[in-house]
Amino acid sequence: MAPKVKLPKPEELAKIEFKTPATDWMDTPVEFKPGTFCWGSKEKDLLTLGLPNPRQWSPADEDWKVPEGWETTILEGMAERLSKYRSFKIFMDICVRCGACADKCHFYIATGDPKNMPVLRAELIRSVYKKYFTKSGKFLGRLAGARELDMDVLKEWWSYFFQCTECRRCSVFCPYGIDQAEVTIIGRELLNLVGLNIDWISGPVANCYMKGNHLGLEPHAIAGNIESMVDDIEDITGIRVNPTFNRKGAEILFVTPSGDLLGEPGIQTCMGYLMLFHELGLDYTWSTYASEGGNFGFFTSNDMAKRLNYKIYAEAKRLGVKYIIGGECGHMWRVLNQYMDTWHGPADFLEVPVSPITGTVFENAKSTKMIHISEFTADLIKHNKLNLDPTRNDHLKVTFHDSCNPSRGMGLLDEPREIIKAVCNNFYEMPENTIREKTFCCGAGSGLNASENMEQRMRGGFPRANAVKYVQEKHGVNMLANICAVDRAHFPALMDYWNPGVGVTGVTELLANALVMKGEKERTTNLRFEDLPGKGGNE
Amino acid sequence: MDMKFLEIFNGKKIAISSRWLDAMIASYPNDNSGFLMNQKDRFANPVGYTFTTGIEGIIEVLVKGEDFSESVSFLEDIIKVRAIQDFTPAKAMAFVFQLKTIVREELGKEIRQNQIYDGLLDFESKIDDLALTAFDIYVKYREQIYELRTDELKRMTFSLLKKANLMSEIPDQEVEHKDQK
Amino acid sequence: MKVLFSFLAVILLILVATMGAFITNLHYVFGIIIPYLAFAMFVGGFIYRVVKWGRSPVPFRIPTTIGQQKSLPWIKQNKIENPTSALGVIVRMAMEVLFFRSLFRNTKTELREGQNGPELSYGSAKWLWLGSLFFHWSFLIIIIRHLRFFLEPIPFAVQILESVDGMLQIGLPAIYLTDVFILVAVTYLFLRRIIVPQVKYISLPADFFPLFMLMSIAISGILMRYFYKVDLVAVKQLAIGLATFQPVLPTGIGPMFFIHIFLVSILFAYFPMSKLMHMGGIFMSPTRNMISNNRMVRHINPWNPEVEVHTYAQYEDEFREKMKKAGIPVEKE
Repeated sequence: MAPKVKLPKPEELAKIEFKTPATDWMDTPVEFKPGTFCWGSKEKDLLTLGLPNPRQWSPADEDWKVPEGWETTILEGMAERLSKYRSFKIFMDICVRCGACADKCHFYIATGDPKNMPVLRAELIRSVYKKYFTKSGKFLGRLAGARELDMDVLKEWWSYFFQCTECRRCSVFCPYGIDQAEVTIIGRELLNLVGLNIDWISGPVANCYMKGNHLGLEPHAIAGNIESMVDDIEDITGIRVNPTFNRKGAEILFVTPSGDLLGEPGIQTCMGYLMLFHELGLDYTWSTYASEGGNFGFFTSNDMAKRLNYKIYAEAKRLGVKYIIGGECGHMWRVLNQYMDTWHGPADFLEVPVSPITGTVFENAKSTKMIHISEFTADLIKHNKLNLDPTRNDHLKVTFHDSCNPSRGMGLLDEPREIIKAVCNNFYEMPENTIREKTFCCGAGSGLNASENMEQRMRGGFPRANAVKYVQEKHGVNMLANICAVDRAHFPALMDYWNPGVGVTGVTELLANALVMKGEKERTTNLRFEDLPGKGGNE
Repeated sequence: MDMKFLEIFNGKKIAISSRWLDAMIASYPNDNSGFLMNQKDRFANPVGYTFTTGIEGIIEVLVKGEDFSESVSFLEDIIKVRAIQDFTPAKAMAFVFQLKTIVREELGKEIRQNQIYDGLLDFESKIDDLALTAFDIYVKYREQIYELRTDELKRMTFSLLKKANLMSEIPDQEVEHKDQK
Repeated sequence: MKVLFSFLAVILLILVATMGAFITNLHYVFGIIIPYLAFAMFVGGFIYRVVKWGRSPVPFRIPTTIGQQKSLPWIKQNKIENPTSALGVIVRMAMEVLFFRSLFRNTKTELREGQNGPELSYGSAKWLWLGSLFFHWSFLIIIIRHLRFFLEPIPFAVQILESVDGMLQIGLPAIYLTDVFILVAVTYLFLRRIIVPQVKYISLPADFFPLFMLMSIAISGILMRYFYKVDLVAVKQLAIGLATFQPVLPTGIGPMFFIHIFLVSILFAYFPMSKLMHMGGIFMSPTRNMISNNRMVRHINPWNPEVEVHTYAQYEDEFREKMKKAGIPVEKE
C-alpha cells in the first residue's frame, strides 16, 4: 500500500522555506532543476572536434562520468592558464570583495541567488586557486577563503559558468576592471578539459567546424535560403537582387552570423543586407565556407575560437577580396575586434577598407581590415547616399538594445543609433542605466539560447525586458531594434513573455524597409509581408 | 463589505503590505544577501519592484472592493515572475494565502473587540477568489513557457517548410472568397 | 564568526605588541628587527608578486570599452573610456587610481518610484565611492606625513601637507583631519561589511583582518599623539637610524610607540600576500590599462598556439558535388 502522504498546507509549506538557515555559500551545494540548465554536450560533437572525454551524459545524473584523475587535469589546466593569462592571475589575486559588482549582473538581479553575484561567481574558482596556488590558502584554508576541489565544486562551476553570459557589465563597475567574462571564459576552458560543455554550444561548434556555420547549413542550403529571400524581395519591391557565392575577385567579402540565414526575424535582416548592397551596386560576395560570423568556439575555449575564426581570413585570402564587412552580431564583434587579428593576422593580403560609395577610409580598421555593417551604413547615411523614406516605419515606435559585446568589447554605440534615427521617425531610448555601456544583457548570450533552459532565459532577460516595459508603457514602444543574431533569436520569446506586443527587428531590416530602391514598384508591405500603413495592402 | 472592517483594515494597510512583501521575499531562500528586499531602484531590482507595486495594487483593489478585475494585472505581474523562478506551484502560489494569515494576525484584536467576524469572512472570500484567479494566471504562464519553445522552433523552421512547399499560408483573398459563399 | 576570528587575531597581535612594549629587553626586537624584517617582506613580497604577474603575458588586448569607439570622424569618440592613444589610457588610469572612476559610476542619479510618482535619487554606492576615496587619500597623506620622522631636514612639501592637514587647529597638538577621516572611513568600510547583507555574505576573514589592523594602527597612533605621549625626538632618532641603516635604540620612547610600530610592521609584512595587493594590481589590469586600438594595431600573443583547422580544401572535398549543383564555383572540378 502506498504510504499515506499528508499534504502540508500552503502556509506551512512556505513557512518551512522561511526558516531556511542562511548557509554560507561554500556550504550551499548546487541543485539542478529542469528548465534552468542546458543539456550536456553530445558525444559525437566532442568526437568531431577532438575534445576530451566524449561520452553520453546528463547534468541531471548523479554521475557525470568525468575521467579518473580529473582533479589533476583541472589543476594543471589552472596552472597553465595562470602562466598564460595575466588577466586571470590578476583577477584571482586582487579582488577586495567590495561588492560594487554584486547587483550589476542580470542573473543575480532576476534570481537573488548570491552565487550569481559576479564577485561570488569568481570566488567559486578563486577559492580553489587559493587552496592550491597560494600559501595563505594552503595554511589557513577556509579562513583565507580557500577550499578543496571536489565533484560538488566542479558541478557548481558548470552550473554557474553556464549561467554567465560573458556580458562584461560587472567589469564596467569594478574599480580594478575585474572582468567576470574573462573568469568565465577560463572556467569554461577548464570544464572542457574534462568534457563538460553544453549541447547548445558544442553542437554549433561542431557544425561550424565541419560545415562553416553553427546551423550546419551546407553550401547548397545557404544558396537556397538566400535564393528564397531574393524571391521574397522581388515580390515586395519588384527588384531581383543578385547575390554571388564564393566569387573570386570580388572587392568585399560579407560575413554575417548564420542565424540571419534561417528563422525570423533574422532572415528579414538578411534581406536588408541583400537590398542595401544591391542598391549600392556593391561588388561583394558571400562565402559558404566562411558562412559564420559568430563564434561559439569562444564559449568553449580560446583555442576553439581560434580554430573557427581561421576561416574568415583564409577565405578572404582565397577569394582575393580587398576587405571584409561583417553583419549584425554581438559576440562575433568582440572576437573580430579583440581577438581575430592577434590569432590570424597580420591581414597584409587585404587593404584598408574604403567605402566605394563615399570614399571614406576606415582608419579604425586599418589592421584587421574588417568593418561593421553599421559603420558602413552610418557613413552612407551621413553622406546622403541613400534615398530613405522613414514614414514607412511610422507605425513603429522603436527602442534600441545595445548588445553587450559591441558595447563593452568594442564601443559601437552611436553608429546604429544614427541609422535608426535616419530611418524611423519614432525612436525612444530606454532608461540611461540600462543602455549603452551599461546595457543589460538579453539573458541568452554566450551559448545559453537553448530551449530547454527557457525559464533561465526568461529570468536572465528580465532586467532588459523590464526596461523595455518602461518605454512600452511610457511611449508606446512596439519594436525592439538590435544588432545581434542572438538577440533576434531570443528576444521574440522574451518579449512574448514579459512585454507582449513588442516586436523584434535588426537595424538593417528597419533600414531596408525605409530604403527607396531605384526602380522599385510601390511597396505595399514591409519585409515581413505585413501591410504598410496607408499603402493599401492586398486589397 | 463591512464598513468597520474596512476602516480598521485601512488603518493597518501599510503594515499589512509590508508584512506581505516580507513573506513573499522570505520565500527566496537564496536571497541571503537581502538584495530583493533592499534595492529600491526599479531598473536595478525589477523583481522587488514588481512585488512592491503589485502588492500595493492588489491591496488597493481589495479595499476598494467592487471590481475585482483591476487586480488581475497586478497579480499577473507578480505571478509572471514567480512562474519562471525555481518554485513548485504550491510554493509559487502560497503568497496569496499568506495574506489571510497576515490579516488575521494584524487585525485579530480589533476584530474580536468589534465583533466583525463577518467582515473578515467577506474579506477572506475575496482572497479565495484572488487565489483562484492566481491559479489561472500561473497555469497560463507555465503553459506559455512551453509555447515559447514551440514558437521558437516554428520561427526557425517556417521559412524552410515554406520553401519546401510543405506549408503555405492561405492567401487572404481565398478566405474572403469562402466567406462570401 | 568570520568577524570574530579576525578580531581575535588582531587582539592577539596587540597583546604581543604590548608585551614587547613593556619588556625593555625586547625593544631592540620590536623597534628595529621586526620593522626591518617587515620592510624587507613588504618590498620583497611586493616585487615578487608584481614580477610574477608580469611574467604571465597578456595574450589578448581586452580593454573594457565604456564609451563610444573611434570610428567615423563625425562620431564623437570617448577618448578616455575607450582610449585609442597612450595619453587616453594614462588619463583613464589616473581617473581610476586617483578618483576611483569606476566606483563613481554607481552614483548616477536614478529614477525611483516615490509616493507621488517618480522621483530622483542617488544610488547607495556613492557612499562606497566616498568612503573608499576618503580612506585611501587619508592613508596616503598620513604616510607622507610620517616622512617627517625619516627625513632631516623635513621637506617643504611635507611641512605644507602637514599644516593643511592640521589647519583646523583644534586642540594641542592640532588634530589632523586625516586622522579623523581615516577612522571614520575605516569604520564605515567595516560597518558596511557587517550591515549590508550582500557584502556581509561575500566577506571573508581576510576582508575583516586588514580593517581591524588599520583601525588599531590608527587608534594607537592617535593615542600616542594625544594621550600616551612618546618622546618624539627619540622616535625621530630611531626612525632616521632605521632609514640610514645605522639603527640606534634611544631609551625612554614610551610603550605606545612599540605597539604602533609592531602593528604597522605586521600590516606591511602581510600586505604582499593579501588582497591589499590591489594597490599594485590596479596598474596591471588588462581591461583598464590597454589601448583600445584593436582594429588599428595588431596585438601580439607571445604564445599564439598552432591549432588544428578545417581548411577550404577539406570543405570543398566534402561538398564539391553539392556546390556544383547549386552553381557555386569550386577550385577543383
